[in-house]
Amino acid sequence: MKTKLQTIAAGALGIALAACSTTGTAEAESASASQATTDTPFPSTYAPYPGAPTALVGATIYDGKGGRIDNGTVFFSGGKVVSIGGPDTPVPADIAVFDGTGKFVTPGIIDIHSHLGDYPTPSVDAHSDGNEATSPTTPEVWAEHSVWPQDPGFARALANGGVTSLQVLPGSANLMGGRSATLKNVPSRTVQGMKFPGAPYGFKMACGENPKRVYGNRGRMPSTRMGNFAVNRQTWLDAKAYDGKKRDLAKETLKGVLDGEILVHNHCYRADEMALVMDMAKEMGYKVSAFHHAVEAYKIGDLLRENDVCSAIWADWYGFKMEAYDGILENAAYLQREDACVVIHSDDANGIQRLNQEAAKAQAAGARVGIDISDAQVIRWITLNPAKAMGIDAMTGSLEPGKMADVVLWNGDPLSVYSRPEKVWVDGALLFDAMDRKRRPVSDFELGQPGEGDVK
Amino acid sequence: MKRALTFAASFATLAFALPVGAQDLTITGVTVATGDGSEPVENGAVILQGGKVVYAGSAENMPAAPQSTTIDGEGRWVTPGLFATVTNLGLWDVGAVSESNDIRAGSSPFSAALDVAPVINPASQHILIHRAAGITRAAVVGSASGSIFAGQGAIIDLGSDANAVTKPRAFQVVELGEGGARLSGGSRTSAQALFRNALLEADEFERGGTIRSTGGGGSSQQGDDIGIDSRLARTSRDRASDVLLTRFDAAALVPVARGEQPLYVMVERAADIRSALALKKEFPRLDMVLVGASEGWLVSAEIAASGVPVIADGLDDLPQGFDQLASTQSNIGRMVKAGVKVAINASAMENPRNLNQYAGNLVALTRIPGADGLSWGQAFAAISSVPAEISGMGGKAGVLAPGANGDLVVWDGDPLEVGSTPVRVYIDGIEQPLENHQSRLRDRYRELDESTLPEAYDW
Repeated sequence: MKTKLQTIAAGALGIALAACSTTGTAEAESASASQATTDTPFPSTYAPYPGAPTALVGATIYDGKGGRIDNGTVFFSGGKVVSIGGPDTPVPADIAVFDGTGKFVTPGIIDIHSHLGDYPTPSVDAHSDGNEATSPTTPEVWAEHSVWPQDPGFARALANGGVTSLQVLPGSANLMGGRSATLKNVPSRTVQGMKFPGAPYGFKMACGENPKRVYGNRGRMPSTRMGNFAVNRQTWLDAKAYDGKKRDLAKETLKGVLDGEILVHNHCYRADEMALVMDMAKEMGYKVSAFHHAVEAYKIGDLLRENDVCSAIWADWYGFKMEAYDGILENAAYLQREDACVVIHSDDANGIQRLNQEAAKAQAAGARVGIDISDAQVIRWITLNPAKAMGIDAMTGSLEPGKMADVVLWNGDPLSVYSRPEKVWVDGALLFDAMDRKRRPVSDFELGQPGEGDVK
Repeated sequence: MKRALTFAASFATLAFALPVGAQDLTITGVTVATGDGSEPVENGAVILQGGKVVYAGSAENMPAAPQSTTIDGEGRWVTPGLFATVTNLGLWDVGAVSESNDIRAGSSPFSAALDVAPVINPASQHILIHRAAGITRAAVVGSASGSIFAGQGAIIDLGSDANAVTKPRAFQVVELGEGGARLSGGSRTSAQALFRNALLEADEFERGGTIRSTGGGGSSQQGDDIGIDSRLARTSRDRASDVLLTRFDAAALVPVARGEQPLYVMVERAADIRSALALKKEFPRLDMVLVGASEGWLVSAEIAASGVPVIADGLDDLPQGFDQLASTQSNIGRMVKAGVKVAINASAMENPRNLNQYAGNLVALTRIPGADGLSWGQAFAAISSVPAEISGMGGKAGVLAPGANGDLVVWDGDPLEVGSTPVRVYIDGIEQPLENHQSRLRDRYRELDESTLPEAYDW
């Protein structure tokens, strides 16, 4: 439904964005967040791809922070959102204008829990780079060193899921799995070319069954949940005593957590165990940003709200392990009822393609028990809330002037199974277009293979 | 397409008390999808009598239904119960708790002889949870683990009674392709040899003699090509001491060799699919069903010509292995377009209650240029009548047609839409309880007020 498309020379893109920014805080916070990465030895080389100034008009817009605009307009230029509003929102002449009538616009979808690149497809042993399962604590490893940028899963997440940013986490074999990598979902020859500029590092921790099983089976600590906590606490105490004179990669990461520069993402299913972790965090002086796989979060929504911890959850996974036995469909709705932070995550190369549908399932389960959560609020579960828990909410996650133009145009209601992304922009660059077969990235691995370039 | 979900009083959750038998029932004022591939009919009606469907279709043509309870469906949807094919419902409680899990038996001395029918637990939470999700019938089987043969699957109903099994030993499962290679010693060649040998041993076992030819078979030499040694395919040499199968396993494969029990062949790659179809020429009696078939679209014409139905993974689009390089969500749409009978494989999703979501996604593909999806009716058939037909229950399950089992679901919205859920479920005309561990937790944690007593007293 493109009504007018005129390409503009790159040099003509110079719209002064700073002047357009109405948030003020966005840039200040992004500067602060980037401090955690200023000394990184593997700096981001990501730069936005060229994009034309673009306006989407006439669509239903969910802004990602809970707002809805009918017959709305989003205008982005120079890689940033310039303006968002109703049909009267001014749009410059002679730019690309897409008629969004009957369609929907959301911020780019964000997956807070992915292993794309670290467990890429084909899922062969040679590709199994997600768990450094050789010691119960490995704070020294960084997920970015395992990411294979040619994983075909990135393109599927973009095309079918509208995913524009994601956090790649180490696996959950270890109590402390290592640093995460926050990526923009763009094809790149190097992981540095995908690294989200200015994103703080995350730190993967895991409680419960996995660490005690992996190490208990090897006859070493931890083999119990109490062993899990003992190893964790001692490791934190040792880190607090670290004086930094001799470089220690593990302790540098732990110090980063204690200094609040690295955000903790703690795999933890059970309510009682999450409560213990929050106490441990207080004891040691750090904060949990989000519990992941928080299948029982609904039992402690009040505690999670009081501690300002997000719960990253599936809509309906349950039963695959003992600590997942109490999974219920109403988890997200009950958390929302308590005004706690909800994030829908995937942990899955297929699920990442349907985070919108998973959110819709969780919403419907709430509606059935009388908890009505607006569509706009539900979109927040897969946009601004994960951005917040990943520390990138000042830069992306919602459609606000000055923020990255990470935008999805859906061909229908994004909370309907019948809808798909029609176009996806990352920093204002059109990187997926369902109407144009050439706007569909094909990884090196797929070249010359059966099915190359298929719609997938 | 997304509908508001509300609860009307007439459809409020039932208490624990259950009707004891089949009700004669008329439901009007509903959108009816019969499951046969046709599109839904608005202002429809359904009549159940004696546990069977008497009528399903437009209300205008509805016959009189004597002595029947009539329910106004208030615009809801009525469909046949969903048929989940290739599941492990009733075989496990918690995946990672091995004591509770009967899916795999890697150390068992038996393979093809394994039979799930006696061990299915009708009180399993997974059966209760999936009944509440609108699944009324399922094919259940374990996974191949100690051999290329997974054993014999059963067809069950998910009714709230002691008798889950409708049809024991309804099919046998064999893994060829990459999975079969791993299980048979490391290569596809080994899997092929094991498979041929197993069928010949079964054939021999059936006749109570030594392994020898049943006539035919073999192959001739053409030009310079060296044909397969006829002694490999059919041999008259006495090799009785050479058997690889246990007596039980050989006996279990007899109905497969005779074509009396369908053989589900798990393959993904186009070349492996061709090899599997070629086995039909060598063993013409085989009643074959392909499972997985991620690259089926590349050989869809050959599959269609063979008449072999496919239970295909619904949304696989990643090169999960080197046998699935051409995976695409358009796989099913393209095979259906080519004339293949295709059901959606429940084992290729997180849990079978996602069947309707997967079917809905295939409808969504019809709006993407270059993609191949299914119409609503086709998509719904792929999770109802088609899997029922493949399972030998054509006309009885997965369809609302006169004489079919009274397996019926009343949904609060379009059943292929995410979030739609059953408000009533009938199996053989008997209304089913929809409570389970999850619904009880849902009710216990409806609020977090512990001011008078702990949550433990809220039950």
